[in-house]
Parts: sequence; C-alpha cells; structure tokens
Amino acid sequence: MKVGLFIPCYVDQFYPQVAIASLQLLEKLGCEVEFPMKQTCCGQPMANSGYEHLTAGCNDNFVDNFAGFDYIVCPSGSCTLHVKDHLHSHKNEQAAVTIRKRIYELSEFLTDVLQVKGLQARFPHKVGFHQSCHGQRGLHMSQMSELVAEPFSKPEQLLNQVEGIELVALTRKDECCGFGGTFCVAEEAVSAKMGKDRVADHLKQEVEYIAGADMSCLMHMEGILRRQKSPVKVIHIAEILNSTLHEPTA
Amino acid sequence: MNQPHKEHAELAEKFNADEDRVNWHDETLWWIRQKRDKIVWQLPEWEQLRETASQIKHNVLSHLSEYLLEFEANAQKNGVTVHWAANGEEHNKIVYKLLKEQGVTQMVKSKSMLTEECHLNEFLEKQGIEVVDTDLGERIVQLAKEPPSHIVLPCIHWKKEEIGELFHKFLGTPEGNADPQFLTHAARLALRQDFLTRKVALTGVNFAVAETGEFVVCTNEGNADMGAHLSNVHIASMGIEKLIPKRKHLGVFLRLLTRSATGQPITTYSSHFSKPRPGQQMHIILVDNGRSVHLGKEEFRNSLKCIRCGACMNTCPVYRRSGGHSYHNAVAGPIGSILAPNFDMRKNADLPFASTLCGSCSNVCPVKIDIHDQLYKWRQVLAKEGHTPKAKTAAMKVMAVTLSKPGIFTVAGKMGRIVMRNVPGLVNNKLNPWFKQREMPEAPKESFREWYQKNRKK
Repeated sequence: MKVGLFIPCYVDQFYPQVAIASLQLLEKLGCEVEFPMKQTCCGQPMANSGYEHLTAGCNDNFVDNFAGFDYIVCPSGSCTLHVKDHLHSHKNEQAAVTIRKRIYELSEFLTDVLQVKGLQARFPHKVGFHQSCHGQRGLHMSQMSELVAEPFSKPEQLLNQVEGIELVALTRKDECCGFGGTFCVAEEAVSAKMGKDRVADHLKQEVEYIAGADMSCLMHMEGILRRQKSPVKVIHIAEILNSTLHEPTA
Repeated sequence: MNQPHKEHAELAEKFNADEDRVNWHDETLWWIRQKRDKIVWQLPEWEQLRETASQIKHNVLSHLSEYLLEFEANAQKNGVTVHWAANGEEHNKIVYKLLKEQGVTQMVKSKSMLTEECHLNEFLEKQGIEVVDTDLGERIVQLAKEPPSHIVLPCIHWKKEEIGELFHKFLGTPEGNADPQFLTHAARLALRQDFLTRKVALTGVNFAVAETGEFVVCTNEGNADMGAHLSNVHIASMGIEKLIPKRKHLGVFLRLLTRSATGQPITTYSSHFSKPRPGQQMHIILVDNGRSVHLGKEEFRNSLKCIRCGACMNTCPVYRRSGGHSYHNAVAGPIGSILAPNFDMRKNADLPFASTLCGSCSNVCPVKIDIHDQLYKWRQVLAKEGHTPKAKTAAMKVMAVTLSKPGIFTVAGKMGRIVMRNVPGLVNNKLNPWFKQREMPEAPKESFREWYQKNRKK
C-alpha cells in the first residue's frame, strides 16, 4: 500500500514534530510512505478568503505531487476537506478526481482503512480533545452535537487504545476555537475571544494537554496558552498515537 | 472598500471591549441552544422532519409563481384584499395608504422582520404615523430607538437592569426595579391601552397556505391576536417565500419552528387567520423586495427556505461573541450574512467573512439550508466582483504564487523562520493582529522537509 504523506504547509514549517510523528506512525503500522518533496499548500488560505480562482497553481502542483498513490494521508482535517471538496485541475481533472476520492485525514485513515485495533501507545496524561470543525462537521470524523444521531468519534476510538491516557469531558464538546484561517486576523477580537473561551473550558477540566487533529486550531490555542503563561501544552493526535514508553516522539 | 457604515470586525471589536458582557451574551444564547438540543432529542424523527421541511420548501421555491396565484385567489375568495409590492418602498406606501383611508395616525404592529427589512417604522414616522411595536422585546428596542439585534429575541443584548431603567424613563416604573415579572406587567398595562385604542393592526406572517388562502402568525405573547382582533383593519405583511402548499404541511413546520427557536414544543399562540370578521377589513401585502432575483441565483436559492427561527444565531460562536448589531442588517447572524448580499453586495460584503465556516449553523437549521457553504460561495462572488479590500487581493496574489511554487515556498519558509527566530520583533509587534492576544508559534530550525531529506532520502 503506497501512501503519499501530505503535510500542510504551516505544519512543515512550524510543527515538523507532527509530521515526523505521522510518518513514523504510518510506517509502524506497515504502510509504505512517501513524502513528495515538491508539495506546498492545498490552496485553502486563498479559497476560504474568497480567492479560489487563484488556487489553480496550488491545485496543479498538488496533483503533480500526489497522482498515483493508493492513498493520500494528511494530519489535518481542514486541509483534507479542502482537497476533497475543491481540488480541480485543468491539466488533469481525472487525476484530481482520483485524489479527491483517495485522500484521508490521518485518524480516519487509521480507523476506516487500516482499521487499527490495539495500538501500542502510551501517554499517561490528562488530555482534553478539541474537535476541529472541518474534520468533525466536514469529514464526519465524529458525531455533531447539533444532530439527533448516534454518537461516535474516530479520534476517540484511537485515543481510547492509548495506555494511561485520561480523556476529559468538556462543557461544550464541539464549539469552534475561532481560528478560521484569515478570520483569525481579519476578525481578531472575536477570534481571540473564541480561542480564550475554548482554552478556558479545557483548563477548567485541569488538563495537561489540549489535543486535536488539526494543528491550525492548536496553534491558535497554543498562542493563547503561551500568552497566559499557562503550563498546559497543545499536542497533535499523531504525537500521542506515536508515543511509547521507550521512544518519545521526535 | 469605502463603505458608509462600519464593518462587522470593527463593530464586533467594540462589542468585545466589555468582556463580561460578551460572556453574558454568549452564555444566554448558549443556554437557548441547549434548550433546543434537549427538546429536539425528544423527537426520534427530528432529522426526518428537517428533511421533510426542506423538501416541502424546495417544492415551493420551484413552483413559487403558481402557489402565489393559488394563494391570492383563495385569499380573495375568503374576502381578503391582496396587494403586491415589488419592493420595500411599495410595501410602505400601501400600508400608509390604508392608514390614510382610515384617517388614523396610530397603529399597533406585532413582530415582523419584513417590516424591519422595509424600514416601515422610519417611513411611517416621517408621515406622522405613530407605530407601537407590541412584542415585548421589540417594544424595548423601539423605546431605546434601536433595531432588534436578534430576529426572535430582539432585545437579547439588553440586561434586565437596563430594561428597568428604560421603563422607568418611558413607562414610569419605580427606579431600580428590575424584576422581569413586574416590568412585563408594566409593559402589558401600557400596551393594553394601545391595543384598545388603535384601529389598525399590522402583523407579520409565519406561514401562508396556498390551498386555503389562510395565514398563520406565531407569537409567544398573543400580541398579534390582541392587535388583530381589536382592530377594524388587519394588515398582514409577508415575504413571497412564506408560502406552503397545503394546510397539512403546517404540522411539519410548527413542530420545527419553536423547537429550533427557543426550545419550546410549540409557539404559545399559532393563530390562523383566514377571513375578516364582519365589518373588519383584512389585507395581505405580498412583498418581493429582491426575493425573485434571489430565487434566480441557483447557488443561493436555498436560503429562501428560511423560516426565521434564529437557531443559526444561537448556535453561532461568532454571533454570540459579536452581538446582532455588528451585522448592520435587519437579519443578523449566519442567515443574515447570506441573505444580506442579495440586497446590497457592496454594503454587506463584509458579512460572509464574519464566520469561521464551522458549520454549526447548517446543522441546526430546521429547513437544512447549507448556510456555511453559501458563506463560502458568497466569498468567491464578492472577491471576483471586486468587493473585497484591494490590499487583501494583492496579498492573496502574492500568496498564491509563493504557495504554488515549491522552490519559492521552501526558500520563503526558511527565510521566514530565520527572521522569526533572530528578529522576533519584526513579527511580534502591534502591526500583527495575531500578536495582540496570542503568541506567535515558535519557529523551529528545521522544517519537516529538511528533516525528511536528511533522515529518509539518504
């Protein structure tokens, strides 16, 4: 099984440890993983700002890098959703369509394709899990509190396999953190307030870590935690799932 | 963008200057969202009900002209006078004409977002007509000379102590009394006088049934009924999208409306009006005001399904923390942000950006409007038609080039990280809105691709 690892541009630049954990985790689970070196960005920052018409360059580059893989896996629900919904190519639409069907967010790839049971991971900490909206409401990685429907959660299904982890229940289990791409600067006041409120919910449960499947939300909340000089850290789900007693991440 | 009014971000920032108030506003609306959750979970068929309502409205929008004519014919058969208004101005003139015919200068009005949209009160005031809003929340904002900040809860931004002060000033209640029951009673006494003395009453319309020519008005206070029953002339103003084909469809919508709006099983008063009582006149004004143009926009057509429950506002994390007035439009919140650009793209170009696209609005919508997808689509239209700031367009063009060329991206990323590590002041300053309340991420020495090159590509 040939897996193309798609690492969001800002993760590549600012959170290499998340990409390393994703790579190591997939390798550990027996995948043949390649990181196409010329990949950049999925184009979402432009598209969500109203400039999808400027994303042809990003799209073509994405298709050039990821055509031909059995699966494309990405440790971000938001970037995955963008590719799934909006990847097109004038040069090779067929390849774009195939990629749209074969791209998975990391945790849903683990639960749905690899059907991982009995992960060998250990993370003896108190953790709050942040449901990122695009993964949850866009990719349906977990049930949404607005709907009258059976609850489920793919990330929790995986985290429950981790030894020693204590997952806390939040007061508002799936409220947006307020990152929202360019919203975080264009609507700074509301964005920061939403972030502060989300962080406060986790702090109230006395967590050691705020975990999530999207580094963008975590980056936003990390910025708030650090400004508050809080000892609480953010951590990507890949880092938790890749943790063992003997081999700490990165 | 040279806009005559302040934009959402700026107005929201102002609202956020008082953090305790934001917390209170957020908690109050979240409480209503929780009430809604609790009651919808009592109906195992909830999701099916939403789908059914959505399909009924789909049928209505696909055959709107036929249903409108059917409704008009049946209403006329019932003895109701039907008027057609192409826009707000025509609507207001029709109302004024009816008032003049009666020779009155006063009118009571129950809740109608359509009349807010048409700016009826301002228009009538200029003609020397005094309008009394009889919905308690609307009366409060009317006394305060403000527009409603929420379509179902018009004064949700007012605290009871402030309402006490307002009533002290206008209704002569004792100073410092902020007891909700007492204040409500005071308002009721004052309004009773208005109900008894006004000859003309205007109501909104929640649903109009094509098959029977009747219309249904839902209120929790019974104020529409009080107004209509005591009046010699009942005027009902409705947007042309308020139709449903048959009376049996009402069951679907009445079950959805108030569960979504306030978490009640049904509105306290769902009053059916079909014909004037002897000696009374009943008028219906069918208002287009941009709706038929909107109907022609396939990607945005669904938003005409809206039944004005306000659930999308209560659930919206941005609305809860920015307040209804920051949307500078009669209808605020997520639904307002996709309706407003239909009326005036330039004036409302900021609204589709007042969202994180979290999608909660679409999930609570009782008629399944794809609200967050439409917000995304409006952004594309607004950028293409030049309604986004020029500086943003320029920045996006640079970004698009940088992010689509692997060579430039790699170099720019490396340079950026070197700058952030060595000259943090260049990004950590007040010109950077991120930095105002958040630290920037720490820039690592090595990007993942550099690590990968060393560790996997030997």
